[in-house]
Amino acid sequence: MVDAPPLLEARGLVKVYPGVRALDGADFTLRAGEVHALMGENGAGKSTLIKALTGAVRPDAGEVRLDGRVVRPRSPVEAQRLGVSTVYQEVNLAPNLSLAENLLLGRQPRRFGLIDRRAVRRRAEEIMARLGVRVDVGRPLGSLPIAVQQMAAIGRALDLDARVLVLDEPTSSLDAEETARLFGVVRDLAARGMGVVFITHFIGQVYGVCARVTVMRGGRVVAVRDAPDLPRLELVALMLGVSMEEARAIEGAHARAGSSAQVALRARGLRRGRVGPIDLELRRGGALGLAGLLGSGRTETARMIAGSDRPEGGRVEVDGRALRAGSPRRAIAAGVALCPEDRKAEAIVPGLSVRENIALAVQARRGWWRAIGRRGQRDLAERFVRSLRIATPGVEKAAGELSGGNQQKVVLARWLATEPRVLLLDEPTRGIDVGAKAEIERLAGDLCGRGLAMLFISSEVEEVARVCDRVLVLRDGRVAGELSGESVTVAAVMRLIAGEGERA
Amino acid sequence: MRDTERGKSLRGGRDGSDEAATEWRGTRGARTSHVPYDSALAALRAIGRAAPAAAAVGLLLAFNAAFTPGFFDLTIVDGRLAGSLVDVLNRGAIVALLALGMALVIATGGVDLSVGAVMAIAGAAAATLAAQHGAGAWAAIAGALAVGTAAGAFNGALVAGAGVQPIVATLVLMVAGRGAAQLLTGGQIVTFNDPVLNFIDGGFVAGVPMPVLIGAGALALGLSLTRGTALGLFIEATGDNERAARLAGVRVRTVKASAYMLCGVAAAVAGLLAASDIRAADANNAGLYLELDAILAAVLGGTALRGGRFSLVGAVLGALFIQGLTTTLYLHDVSPNATLAVKAAAVLAVCLAVSERVRVWVWRK
Repeated sequence: MVDAPPLLEARGLVKVYPGVRALDGADFTLRAGEVHALMGENGAGKSTLIKALTGAVRPDAGEVRLDGRVVRPRSPVEAQRLGVSTVYQEVNLAPNLSLAENLLLGRQPRRFGLIDRRAVRRRAEEIMARLGVRVDVGRPLGSLPIAVQQMAAIGRALDLDARVLVLDEPTSSLDAEETARLFGVVRDLAARGMGVVFITHFIGQVYGVCARVTVMRGGRVVAVRDAPDLPRLELVALMLGVSMEEARAIEGAHARAGSSAQVALRARGLRRGRVGPIDLELRRGGALGLAGLLGSGRTETARMIAGSDRPEGGRVEVDGRALRAGSPRRAIAAGVALCPEDRKAEAIVPGLSVRENIALAVQARRGWWRAIGRRGQRDLAERFVRSLRIATPGVEKAAGELSGGNQQKVVLARWLATEPRVLLLDEPTRGIDVGAKAEIERLAGDLCGRGLAMLFISSEVEEVARVCDRVLVLRDGRVAGELSGESVTVAAVMRLIAGEGERA
Repeated sequence: MRDTERGKSLRGGRDGSDEAATEWRGTRGARTSHVPYDSALAALRAIGRAAPAAAAVGLLLAFNAAFTPGFFDLTIVDGRLAGSLVDVLNRGAIVALLALGMALVIATGGVDLSVGAVMAIAGAAAATLAAQHGAGAWAAIAGALAVGTAAGAFNGALVAGAGVQPIVATLVLMVAGRGAAQLLTGGQIVTFNDPVLNFIDGGFVAGVPMPVLIGAGALALGLSLTRGTALGLFIEATGDNERAARLAGVRVRTVKASAYMLCGVAAAVAGLLAASDIRAADANNAGLYLELDAILAAVLGGTALRGGRFSLVGAVLGALFIQGLTTTLYLHDVSPNATLAVKAAAVLAVCLAVSERVRVWVWRK
């Protein structure tokens, strides 16, 4: 079909881990100048395929060709030298170094044998400007928002003069505007002949930027199509291995909750830093969506309510009783639970078992002396493993070894075990696959149906509109408007986010 | 008030009286099929952590079975158990005590460099109370334990309260502690002769040396304190992911402070043993460099230096390995000058055997 060999080609890759055939004879072809989506559920083999292509794992069988020549990179560094760069979903940079140092680490411009700090700065500013991000490159990376950190990881890969760029869920922590900017950069790179492999769980984005799609399931490639010839529903059906009808049911899973008039939690004048003052009410049986661009104050609001951060002003009442600020323990005792945005840093205890992770909050509330006991913990954990359908061989498995979606469910189980009255979910579906995502959305609906009051934060406006019966839109740390009932539509939320039409 | 309600509802959930909990139980029927897998995995994990230390002890015993005649002989002399094995347990008790406390502190993500110095202060406190202030033996023991607790509380306050790096915070007491001990003793070696104090290290109960009983008792107490309550879970959660633990409602500061206090008490008991052994308090030399042996024992025993999982049984096995090695070398007439080098080589071998990277490398060959 094409005369020149494809830019990157994999044939019959096999990788076996104890108990799992992660790759079972997978083929993959990437042409120069194309943006190619790699789709599949968690555990379909996408990550292993990427790792095999970039030298992070060595396949047990099969070969990888770059420009028609067989390559066997033994490490990601070696793959980078060959021109294959990867940006991982979780930012793997040094948080204590400055943004500029992170971008150019190991290849800083030198002058008289010493690092030329001004040149480092200038070069870093150029790279970030190319990505359309204006930021002080001298600041420590860890102090910048996750979105900027993600951009930095991409910027670092770009600076390596890569010919193949692998983006593993690059947009999971970006807001709509940043995503659009990233897509612009990606299209630009592809136009200059770079091959881009794009992994995402946002199906909509596939059609926004990708020319071709490879779908994986169970370690095999089940379809390779041009994106325009693959309808969205068929893509979902292929990924999940279900019929079109079932896919339709999953896609359309509506879990809209209906609030009662009873207020479970009331926040007045909450503020901290550049966020606030914010007023909001959570009602029994209802889900309040918190929408807005990244940095609009969504996460900060949830953290102030749950006591993760101490507000500088304002008050929170639960069932009419004032809640002492800045103490997660007090909040938990009052029945307020937060599933935080940053699962890895703030929720999962990776070395402890699923059982211990689930029992942790309940046990913490009981105090150290009244131990639940191994048997009690196991019963508790098994109950949730079953009801939330957590995919794990058993409750003794270390939580850090589960996939992202299942870790999220473990965190959710930890909080549901405390039988909260108010549940705050901050980006609960980020970085997890469509199946698990639909389940979590449905679960959110179920919980509201049982009289729980919920705050639901998501960067995906469609999701907020699907799950929530009321939506509060934040802009620059302030409430920009509120929608409820029938007026909760994607378009209406978008308009408020964009700043058209005040106070709906 | 609300807390008790919740406690009830949790228990209620299990016998089905609580509505929400009943719903969540969903399809709970007979015990599920993965239970055997789970129990086996849990057991393997627990053993796995202590495995390197256990294997090292096993190798040492095998070596002695082959090359040290009479190593396993147990005799009863004057109604007292005697033999090389008893000697290892007896001599190893001090480091075992320190290692128990150290394992807890390391599991919280910290380290306690002051345990050797705390031994010296505790010994000095007991000796001066008994010899110079005419206090009874029990008052002297209580004084030593109080001093150890206070030292642990001081470390805990610096680390958990003020947020000082553990290595720096405990360095304060490591250096200043010996100074404090010298102030107590007035720079002298304070000797005592009290039947109760002498009994701590030199006594026997049912033929078994007291240090062995104290060590075993400390292990049993430690196990019931950490695994019988939720303290072990909280310590591990704090060490593995402190922010997550705090947000889950664990009082991470209290947990850390208690670990340092338990470590201080364990060091005080070790200090009493050391003082009782020589019937004197030697502020300069008691417990010198033993913090390093304690850290080594805890790490050999499967406690990760960056915090998280810990194993008390492993820590004790680690301590017994170190002492067993010393005794073995002594029995083989290795000159004291060479002993340290041989010890270092043995420890290096164990550490390499544990290293995942080395294992992968060897497997590839």
